[in-house]
Amino acid sequence: MKKAVSRVYMTLVFVFLYAPILLLIVFSFNDSDTKSRTVWSGFSTRWYEQLFQDRMLLDALRNTLIIAVVAAVASTVLGTLAAISIDSMKKWKRKLVMNITNLPMLNPEIVTGVSLMLLMVFAARFLGVDLGMGSIILAHITFCLPYVILSVLPKLGQMDPHLYEAAQDLGCTPVRAFFKVVLPEIMPGVVTGMVMAFTLSIDDFIISYFCSGTTQTLPVFIYSMTRKRVSPEINALSTLLFAVVLLLLLVINIRQGKVGKKREVEA
Amino acid sequence: MGEKPIISLQNIAVSFDGEQILKNLNLNIRDGEFVTLLGPSGCGKTTTLRIIGGFVRPDTGDVYFDGKKITDVPPHKREVNTIFQKYALFPHLNVYDNVAFGMRIHKKSEKEIKKTVHEMLDLVSLGGFAHRGVNRLSGGQQQRVAIARALANDPKVLLLDEPLGALDLKLRKDMQVELKKIQQATGITFVFVTHDQEEALSMSDTVVVMDKGEIQQIGTPQDIYNEPQNAFVADFIGESNILDGVMHEDYLCEFAGRKFRCVDKGFAPRESVDVVIRPEDIDVMEPSEEYLTGTVTNVTFKGVHYEIIVDVKGFKWMIQSTDFQEVGNVIGLRLQPDDIHIMKKSEYSGMFGDYSTFSDEMEEDQSLQEEAEREE
Repeated sequence: MKKAVSRVYMTLVFVFLYAPILLLIVFSFNDSDTKSRTVWSGFSTRWYEQLFQDRMLLDALRNTLIIAVVAAVASTVLGTLAAISIDSMKKWKRKLVMNITNLPMLNPEIVTGVSLMLLMVFAARFLGVDLGMGSIILAHITFCLPYVILSVLPKLGQMDPHLYEAAQDLGCTPVRAFFKVVLPEIMPGVVTGMVMAFTLSIDDFIISYFCSGTTQTLPVFIYSMTRKRVSPEINALSTLLFAVVLLLLLVINIRQGKVGKKREVEA
Repeated sequence: MGEKPIISLQNIAVSFDGEQILKNLNLNIRDGEFVTLLGPSGCGKTTTLRIIGGFVRPDTGDVYFDGKKITDVPPHKREVNTIFQKYALFPHLNVYDNVAFGMRIHKKSEKEIKKTVHEMLDLVSLGGFAHRGVNRLSGGQQQRVAIARALANDPKVLLLDEPLGALDLKLRKDMQVELKKIQQATGITFVFVTHDQEEALSMSDTVVVMDKGEIQQIGTPQDIYNEPQNAFVADFIGESNILDGVMHEDYLCEFAGRKFRCVDKGFAPRESVDVVIRPEDIDVMEPSEEYLTGTVTNVTFKGVHYEIIVDVKGFKWMIQSTDFQEVGNVIGLRLQPDDIHIMKKSEYSGMFGDYSTFSDEMEEDQSLQEEAEREE
């Protein structure tokens, strides 16, 4: 009896979580015309076809991907460097710096967005340029940084600090010692940080909305579509996004599983 | 063993955060020597080693290697290699790649590398382990890989930072013998850091006893044990009874209210001195006028001998004897001239060598405390 209840409860949880997405996927294949979007009228892939002919949308998609890749790479590099220097700090100083870097994560996104916009507008006017890709990328790097730092720092803490010295002792210059020994050790944290930064950047709406100027990212574009009239294209697009995220998640899990197994064999 | 120093530290001083770690340290290490830096935790021995390795830059003073000044040479350009406390093997590489690491950095040919790696692994008896992951090795095996990795670089000097500290007693003894063997086979100068006096005495050609950032005594293990220079050295190396005494004339001293013949000379008349008597040198006799007499207050069985604490007029002596004594027995202590060692007074006088506070519990507390310090 108890078991049955818990099963039903769990089923309900999953239904609530996934029903909307399932519905979205189903209706992305709906052959309805513009009359009604909630009545099933046959299978078709026409929304997908239309999706890939929409220039505006494809532009937005391209922008989003460029921004996400650049922001992820840049914030990973900067965040890793920051984590290394934070790791070498004295206790109280490190606590202080960690609090300063963590604050933006707790800060309401709308506040971050508005304040970044103010700064960007000010800086853009000063430099005589317009808001656009550049300002969005800068904004994304800014809000991704703390997440990268948070995922790299524990790996540095677990590492034997003598490894870096040992590499130098055996003839590596400090820079070479970092790439040959430290980086391989903290790689799992770096990769996690990068993936996190990438996904955060791809689906960010609020901050992009404030800092984009006339450039459209995918979330901003979708939002502007809904303001006119909701085209089932959105269903198709959202389905694709969901599929991509699902794929990423699977890849990460399989990778971690493999690494875990390898470690187990070694231990 | 050459006479010219391969490493020379001159007037070295270091402080961290305003705390003085080394005070005006001078040390010459000869080529081919097995030198041990011995001292309690916080005495500056590891810092000295790190200065030779290039990981700590002295505030003042200079480091010379083979006559050349290397104070400002970074670690990767020094012809010394280090074995770190927890081995610091690279976890993402297997045994072979760990040992080959230094040679690959120095761009040796793969053929040469292969030959040397196998030679080194044979030297440390790890022949069949080349392709094992380093995390799958036991502590002792990891230790051997660390030795092979350092030796593969063909260093002139090998620095060892408490390398046996993490091993259990039995393995530690085996590794002591093995390290000594490797040192003799390769002829490389070893600079070994430890806080274990037994380890230092059994392995070294020269022992450097350090405390509070200063060298207390440099000498052969026999010198250090038999002729300690002050109360600190006498107490740190083995057990010692240290008494206040007066030197009346050459070969005649007075302590514990009696005059004794001794073998030391060269003190001023009536100079106050510290008198050291090793517990194993004291012979237990029937009480008589001839000898110091006292009452047994504590007996501990130590395996090879009993540790007997004897109260002689308020001063508690430690005696090591293979014969059991009952607590409460009154016994005589016979001291012969060469059992008595006289030292000049030092800042350590009066701090050590009285066993009145002796208890097993305290010893345990101390070793726990030391362990905790090491973990930091």
